Amino acid sequence: MPARPSWIPYALIAPSVVFLAALFLVPLVQTIWLSVSAGDGLSLENYRRMAGDLNFALAVKNTFLLTLVVVPLQVVLALGMATMVTKLDKGRDLVLWVLTIPLGISDLAAGLAWLALLQNTGYLNSALYALGLIQGPTGWLSQETPVALFFAIVLAELWRATAIVLVILIAGLQLIPKEFAEAAEIFGAKPWTRFTRITLPLLKPSLQSALILRTVLAFEVFAVVYALGGRNFPVLAGEAYVWQNDNQNYGVAAAYAVLIMAISLAATAVYLRVLRTRPEQLP
Amino acid sequence: MADIVIDRVVKEFGSFRALQEVSLTVNDGEFVALLGPSGCGKTTLLRIIAGLETQTSGRVVIGGQDVSHLSPRKRGLAMVFQNYAVFPHMTVFENVAFGLRMQKAAAADVKRKVERAAALLHIESYLDRYPAKLSGGQRQRVAVARALAVEPAVLLMDEPLSNLDALLRLEMRTELKAVLREAGTTTIYVTHDQTEAMGLADRIAVMYGGKIDQIGSPLEIYATPATRFVGGFIGSPPMNFIKVRCSQGTARIGDAALPCPVTAESLELGLRGEDASLSADGSGLPFDVRVVEPMGSHLLLTGAIDGQLARIVAPPTAEVTAGERVGLTVDPARVTWIDSTTGRALARA
Amino acid sequence: MTASAVATKPAATNRGMALPSARRLLLWTGLAVLIAWVLVPIYLVALGAFGGRLGVFRWPKSIWPSDLSFAAMSQFLAIEGVFNALVNSLIAAGLTVVFSIALGAPAGYALARYSFRGQNAYRLLVLLTRAFPLAILALPLTVSFIRLGLYDTPFGVSLIHTVLALPFAALVTQSLFMGIPREYEEAAWVFGCTRFQAFVKVILPLALPGLAATAIFAFVISWNEVFAASILTVRERTLTAYLLRILAESPLHYRFAGGFILIIPSVLFIFAVRRYLFAVWGIASK
Repeated sequence: MPARPSWIPYALIAPSVVFLAALFLVPLVQTIWLSVSAGDGLSLENYRRMAGDLNFALAVKNTFLLTLVVVPLQVVLALGMATMVTKLDKGRDLVLWVLTIPLGISDLAAGLAWLALLQNTGYLNSALYALGLIQGPTGWLSQETPVALFFAIVLAELWRATAIVLVILIAGLQLIPKEFAEAAEIFGAKPWTRFTRITLPLLKPSLQSALILRTVLAFEVFAVVYALGGRNFPVLAGEAYVWQNDNQNYGVAAAYAVLIMAISLAATAVYLRVLRTRPEQLP
Repeated sequence: MADIVIDRVVKEFGSFRALQEVSLTVNDGEFVALLGPSGCGKTTLLRIIAGLETQTSGRVVIGGQDVSHLSPRKRGLAMVFQNYAVFPHMTVFENVAFGLRMQKAAAADVKRKVERAAALLHIESYLDRYPAKLSGGQRQRVAVARALAVEPAVLLMDEPLSNLDALLRLEMRTELKAVLREAGTTTIYVTHDQTEAMGLADRIAVMYGGKIDQIGSPLEIYATPATRFVGGFIGSPPMNFIKVRCSQGTARIGDAALPCPVTAESLELGLRGEDASLSADGSGLPFDVRVVEPMGSHLLLTGAIDGQLARIVAPPTAEVTAGERVGLTVDPARVTWIDSTTGRALARA
Repeated sequence: MTASAVATKPAATNRGMALPSARRLLLWTGLAVLIAWVLVPIYLVALGAFGGRLGVFRWPKSIWPSDLSFAAMSQFLAIEGVFNALVNSLIAAGLTVVFSIALGAPAGYALARYSFRGQNAYRLLVLLTRAFPLAILALPLTVSFIRLGLYDTPFGVSLIHTVLALPFAALVTQSLFMGIPREYEEAAWVFGCTRFQAFVKVILPLALPGLAATAIFAFVISWNEVFAASILTVRERTLTAYLLRILAESPLHYRFAGGFILIIPSVLFIFAVRRYLFAVWGIASK
């Protein structure tokens, strides 16, 4: 009765298939269609307008720069956190809870939290003033201080989204039997060697999914940037939002969307290839 | 109470044939064990009887009613699962009462029957506990009580003791036998443990490769195995098989001679380790002893007869040393002759 | 005896690889820094939210709370549209929970209990959603949503949020159901249950805590989502969409009040599901 293929499993998955087809596959095709149709025929006009826009080159540069800086830092930070947490016995649950709080915090709220810290009359400036490093309220988040603004966004992104990498890595670490590291230790491997030769290779599947998830989200980055710097720091998703909502030009917004999707897919493909694990290598 | 007729049941999983035309009749009130190694199809057969799997062809008849295509709940049976399947979110009482509640029995009836089943299995004192607080043996009792509470026409048990430790298994086995004898329920019991099957069952069906090799009482199966497989699977140590040449009704091994049937081309002598005894003067079947293992109740001798591996059981006081050649006396009436090509036992002379 | 010394003691006895006290100190220092790194911004946004107009512009600031009041917060909530946005966020998140469980849990059950043709294709579809920036898909939906009357409704927003939460719900419930032995169900069938009764009486009670955790995740996904919510609403904005829209023109203490309201449920929810966090993500990231 249960092993026999029947109509029941199809009836169970059908609603979600219909739903995903209607609200995932259809809009996917629509986006592509919208981006290549202008006026009454197919054309690359939307892409030309997108590429010709003043902010375009800057948005591409900023998004890539942000991703390339934030994602590796998050992985390193999360690996460090995970290593520290796994060494704990007492208070482990409490520490983990605190470290994973940002997981539930929206990018907008994260941007606002860091705004409280970094705004002109914020806590950072107050501290710097107390130390005698600045004379009075100083702006860090304006167009005139692009480097400071960039670092502010990096900090907020690190704060907000390292938790998800941490959770995925700890879930992965829990799957690695302790005996491997212990065996390596008995054969004389030092902690660092154990980490690089045993833990990291076995953690590869988790690293892969963490990287895919984070990179796709990083190319979508938007609200943190807006909360901290408004349009002073153009990013791809932000431009798509502006073209859609402010300029009411759905074609160019779709072109941006296709660009983001293409980059995300390319990044996913790279990760799948570079970090692939052969099934026989799994414990 | 009901009898069970399994009529040419076939089960295929894709191209794999798990059961090949199995037929078996279980009489009313009888206890039959399905015994075999893992993968022999015994659990599949039990699940088909329960209605948890559907046979590819063939029929299952319980108490005269063809239940081949009925869902499990309509077959009037109860089952004890290998991992007990005692519901963790219900108290012991509710677990035992589960089947009765599904039958919409009156509250007083439920209480009475649950208490009776609980008394039978000695679990009255923890009826209001949750299973998480029970040991494996206690959960086992709950699972059996749940099955008996519905007073089923047929009771199916799938390796019910295999998750218990050795000592507890022995205790539960004895108790199970007493309880089931009293209940008198038609029972099919799946196990890979020959001592369980021998100890509990009225009849044993030995299964191998999706077929039933032999059905019979424990003694029959032990003394007169129908196939090479049954002989080798039942008994400890397993039956020895010695290839012999049979000419004119006599098989010669060393200076011993045994009468043999002449119907087959190549023959094997099936000899149980405890059916041979050491001869006083070294005459008889020559046995080269390689290893001597004192087991307390007996000596286990491992060596070779005519260059072929054999294990022989000797009295604990026998004086045998490794490397020695001894002679074995064999009662021709207690050996089994096997046709090497078919693997089947030949009719006794 | 210091707190950390108390903490080291049992560790030293029950673990082979006990750390020397110097390294233990280093470990706890590092963790203290990390904990501060997580908590301080939340603390500061709370100060901003309850410090009022004056607090926000005080110079230089003190990190200790002074003249806190609920005035700023209640003023913020009294602003036209804020309360409405809050309600919209709750409706959208609530609907997302309902949809993603109603659609995802049956799929998870099918994946866990049956092997059927097309199983892998379905799994691929679910995994494919992860390689796409899903919120971006709200862009083309604007047009069809306007046509269908779904534009500018929490219901419409919840649909796109369900696309985000559904794959997650399907994968998590799959492993949830796989963790409940099949024999429980079979025992229920044998003892007289129909398939549906067996599910309701035996499987559902056992799956409930896990389902609740899945629901909470779906809620947080929707509650936090900014992009799609902003694209698909104009008047009936969710809280995130509302805050994003007013970012440029609203005073700082209102922004902090909004940020604080956004953060609070998340903190509580993560606390509520902390037991499931790692199991859930271990599964969802396979």
